[in-house]
Amino acid sequence: MSHNNLTPWERVEISRSAERPTSLDYITTIFDRYMSLHGDRLFGDDGAIVGGLASIDGIPVTVVGQQKGRSTKENIKRNFGMPSPEGYRKTMRLMRQAEKFHRPVICFVDTPGAFCGIEAEEGGIGEAIARNLYEMSSLKVPILSIMIGEGGSGGAIAMAVGNEVWSMENSTYSVLSPEGFASILWKDGSRASEAAKVMKITAADLKELGVIERVIREPEPASIDNIIELSEEIREMIVDFLKRYKKKMPEEIVEERYQRFRKM
Amino acid sequence: MLKEMFKKRTLTPQEKKQAERVKKAKDTLLEYQAPEGLFQKCSDCGKPVYNEDIIENYYICPHCGNYFRIRPRTRIAMVLDRNTFEEWDTGLVTSDPLEFPGYLKKLEHQKSVTNLEEAVITGKGKIGGSEVAIAVMSADFMMGSMGQVVGEKITRAIERATEQRIPIIIFTCSGGARMQEGIISLMQMEKTSAALRRHDQAGLLYISVLTDPTTGGVTASFAMLGDVILAEPGALVGFAGPRVIEQTIGQKLPDGFQRSEFLLEHGFVDKIVERKNLRKVLATIIRSCCYES
Repeated sequence: MSHNNLTPWERVEISRSAERPTSLDYITTIFDRYMSLHGDRLFGDDGAIVGGLASIDGIPVTVVGQQKGRSTKENIKRNFGMPSPEGYRKTMRLMRQAEKFHRPVICFVDTPGAFCGIEAEEGGIGEAIARNLYEMSSLKVPILSIMIGEGGSGGAIAMAVGNEVWSMENSTYSVLSPEGFASILWKDGSRASEAAKVMKITAADLKELGVIERVIREPEPASIDNIIELSEEIREMIVDFLKRYKKKMPEEIVEERYQRFRKM
Repeated sequence: MLKEMFKKRTLTPQEKKQAERVKKAKDTLLEYQAPEGLFQKCSDCGKPVYNEDIIENYYICPHCGNYFRIRPRTRIAMVLDRNTFEEWDTGLVTSDPLEFPGYLKKLEHQKSVTNLEEAVITGKGKIGGSEVAIAVMSADFMMGSMGQVVGEKITRAIERATEQRIPIIIFTCSGGARMQEGIISLMQMEKTSAALRRHDQAGLLYISVLTDPTTGGVTASFAMLGDVILAEPGALVGFAGPRVIEQTIGQKLPDGFQRSEFLLEHGFVDKIVERKNLRKVLATIIRSCCYES
């Protein structure tokens, strides 16, 4: 198939499709073991965020991910992958714990955006995202973020303050949904496919802009059918990442992450 | 990525005329700098107000108490000690990462209409005799949206404040990320937040002052990171815009939702400060946080 010739909009559709593997699909196939941990210790436990302890090639790591559901019922529990303030606070708690026990952090990013409801505003969704950006910038352990589906705006960057950010070939990362972009700038939400092109939101575009370090190839769009092979490849890449960062001092890790964003 | 050089584009006579017309309309409508008429209409209660009354009343409607949005230079004059302001980092230019059609032209137009170079002015001055770095955003310039230049100016101001070991005060006012610069606008959220983290770890003070409106990527980054967070009365402050939330939940939002008072009630603002007290409050906070024993 002519998979390499997909238009940006076709990739947007793939990135959102119900067949696309979720964070938990990757977590359970990439890592040797995974134990979930829950709650932000302040308010609640957000179903849109999963995370906990994992190990890969014998190295303990912390993983966190934005989780979408497949069925309607599961999507209600997961809030369609739109995290609430308590979700971001949960990721930050797990990352602080990772720092304390010298575990690298692997983040899986897949969200249409942070939840925009009354409760989210009451709970300080802006503050929660800001706090992640602030504290992740100085975390003394390496952070790797992998965009696996939708990378929707502030809700995505709050888990993408990585030393490196990688993206699956058919994932997107954008300042706003193409529909929102078209409706704001052209007052016409139906021009979303055109917007997807202009916005430079595909993995290849992002690589060219210097916003991500690596594009993970999808010979066929990622799905449950090919996730085993994909995860095997990703696993090797992550092991290599961990080896490279093992040699670095904490100050070096923090400084490199600072400079990564400083030049943008 | 920032190119310091910029090829100047001259406006056509028609564009110039249009720019002048818009500028004139704006001046008379909102601000005193070039008062064409003696009075204007309050944007909230609609009653006529004498320009002189507004100026004397800190740009607050004497009838209904509505806070008019003020220009950054007016703000600077209001809070800094007289003639202490020294501006930083003028002339920065965006790399136009999306090469978005018409964007550079729009920027030029905005510059001529607003007399501003971008949506933020940064620099250094004194409050009550103490040196401070200051950044003031403006809704007049493309809704105060944050792109590369806004992010860079704010980051440089923070970094310089850290270097010089002085407090930084940021007056936020923004519609969020600058759409025309796409993902690079989003990156400014992290760039500014990371610089504030360093300022924090150096043991230095950051005060954010939320003004109407503060939303989107600015709320979800530096606006919410102050050691002390102040807000002007009645300012709209939130992450998602009210219209987006209404569309999402399909119902009307309650009165006062996402206003300063709402944030105070929910624990996200330290204090709501009236304009006439702002200078004094800032000076008190600075004295308390920068005490050399």
